[in-house]
Amino acid sequence: MSFPWARQYEPATGLTKWLDEKLPVPRLVYNAVGAGYPVPRNLNYFWNFGVLAGFFLMLQIVTGIVLAMHYAANAQVAFATTEHIMRDINWGWMMRYAHANGASFFFIVIYLHIFRGLYYSSYKAPREMIWLLGVVIFLLMMATAFMGYVLPWGQMSFWGAKVITGLFGAIPLVGEPIQVWLLGGFAPDNAALNRFFSLHFLLPFVTLGVVIMHIWALHIPGSSNPTGVEVKSESDTVPFHPYYTAKDGFGLGIALLAYFAVVFFLPNYLGHPDNYIEANPLSTPAHIVPEWYFWPFYAILRAFTTDFILPAKLWGVIAMFASILLWFFLPWLDKSPVRSGHYRPLFRKFFWFGLIPAMAVLFYCGGAPAEEPFVLLSQFATAYYFLHFLVILPIVSQIETPEPLPYSITEAVLHSDKKPVLGENTAPAV
Amino acid sequence: MSKLISARLIAILVGLTFVIVVMFAFFGGLYTLATEGFGEETAEHEFHKHPNEYPFAFNGPFGRWDVAQLQRGLTVYEQVCSACHSLKYVAFRDLADLGYDEAQVKAYAASQTVPGIDPRTGEQTTRPGLPTDYFPSPYPNAVAAAAANNNAIPPDLSLITKARHDGVNYVASLLSGYQAPPAELQREFPDFTVPPGLYYNPYFPNLNLAMAPPLTATGQVTYDDGTVATVPQMAQDVAAFLAWTAEPTMVRRKQTGWPVLLFLVFATVLAYLSKKQIWAAIKPKNRD
Repeated sequence: MSFPWARQYEPATGLTKWLDEKLPVPRLVYNAVGAGYPVPRNLNYFWNFGVLAGFFLMLQIVTGIVLAMHYAANAQVAFATTEHIMRDINWGWMMRYAHANGASFFFIVIYLHIFRGLYYSSYKAPREMIWLLGVVIFLLMMATAFMGYVLPWGQMSFWGAKVITGLFGAIPLVGEPIQVWLLGGFAPDNAALNRFFSLHFLLPFVTLGVVIMHIWALHIPGSSNPTGVEVKSESDTVPFHPYYTAKDGFGLGIALLAYFAVVFFLPNYLGHPDNYIEANPLSTPAHIVPEWYFWPFYAILRAFTTDFILPAKLWGVIAMFASILLWFFLPWLDKSPVRSGHYRPLFRKFFWFGLIPAMAVLFYCGGAPAEEPFVLLSQFATAYYFLHFLVILPIVSQIETPEPLPYSITEAVLHSDKKPVLGENTAPAV
Repeated sequence: MSKLISARLIAILVGLTFVIVVMFAFFGGLYTLATEGFGEETAEHEFHKHPNEYPFAFNGPFGRWDVAQLQRGLTVYEQVCSACHSLKYVAFRDLADLGYDEAQVKAYAASQTVPGIDPRTGEQTTRPGLPTDYFPSPYPNAVAAAAANNNAIPPDLSLITKARHDGVNYVASLLSGYQAPPAELQREFPDFTVPPGLYYNPYFPNLNLAMAPPLTATGQVTYDDGTVATVPQMAQDVAAFLAWTAEPTMVRRKQTGWPVLLFLVFATVLAYLSKKQIWAAIKPKNRD
């Protein structure tokens, strides 16, 4: 589906005409990210992160495939082959640093993409399916990143795998058999490393499939926008190409500058030194911490320190999974008819002064040792996190009086919808 | 409508359950904190020192190897560290990076004894090294290493500067940081002792280190370039050498980074200008 004023693809050459009849790939591209996709004209730079996430997914797949050509998933040699890649393979060091930091940057852009979705309530009807698929993508990413971190078989790889699979041990009765089944043994070893490698190779392609569905679902209602007002007429939109290809091109340039600055000048900054020590089941690191992108959820896991009917550990595991799975229900928890946080005074207060500080505290405490005051802080922030999504959001959306919305996107941009100063291509349909 | 309200009611109840359980833990923790405080200050926490900053040539985005220093560091490794520590990810051929030519690398390799197999009998034996061989380990296996070192296995040094926080400065600080426990420490923590076979070093996380001071006297090694081998000099030289063994491609990485970033700055400026040009036609005039 598209808007009636969407430009139509017209094959110009003999070849494209022939192709259009047999397998209309150019038409697909034209309608997906070309001039055939009308997009709201008022998107701000927060709308860049979808394209950037797609870029980093492809970058991870390409660098990952090259690394897999040189890596051996065997507990005896995995650490040594990683060093072999770093030392002996032509440009191997660059591929590995690009891949390891690519994961971090993938998460950075995804977190900004999710932030955009939360602030502008992009999850609301008619875009629920896009959001649901997005949450699935995020879960797949987390699984993939976790298993990827195990592959170099350093100390954090090993102990991270042990701690995370140990979470399943918290399930009553069947927990321990499940943990043994997942690992293929009583502790992470060759069996675990091999299956993690296999799944680490598979899941990015599953992710890619879900990403295609995510974009497909997006193209049915079209992109949301910062006002949250739906597109009404042609003057509200511009063709994706060249307007947003140009804007995304600039955004990609900025993202790549930050990314390559880290890859070439601070490649180990986001990692942990202990992972340059080969895995040793007999020596536990002083602080076992996951990669930075798991910190908020790790803080929620560790916040439940007291048994309360159920064991504390089980509460932690349930809460950690619930903290992400509750995102699936957001479209039905937040019933405010207004999408954009820009026009929601009460929502905005809770968002900026509640959710964002709580996430910052959880992020910090997840990377800190499990000592006071970090445990108390993460407990407080965890309480707010659940309160925000499951209690505040449903109630706020019920009681809030939103600020007046602009009549249309055009009015929001031009302060008038009746006499737009536009080129002929974007003249409003009469 | 009633269905929606009940769905949201369920959400609110689930949310409140999590809040109650975590706040139960929170108040328990708060009570413990109020009654017991933050816990005793430990000697490890109070007297542990962060590494000193050393002005290594390879520091910073324009850093280069100081080849002479790396050669001196190799001398220290060979004459001191290699008695106990292996360097298993470094091959003799890699020493070409240190400014040695092919003949020198061959000669250096041949001066080392590596494990080999007798070509006639197939028995394990030793032979002079070749450039393709890796630095030999001082012990045949981990059990032998533990047995010879009071059960503390000397770690492989290939990656040591990447395997510790601020690793290069840490190695240099640690090697020149052995001292007697300060009087203040004995006063504040009367129970603190340095157990027999351990050595006090404030740069080591738990203060007592199993490694005997390896660098003890000026002139302990003889440098080919005539540099006076003081303890801080040797410590920094071997730290620089171990920075190279941990990441022989470090300088190449930084040198590759600059053209990449310069290209990206150029491309991003172009992208910005084209974005600006494309959007100019439909931007409202009164807002820019």
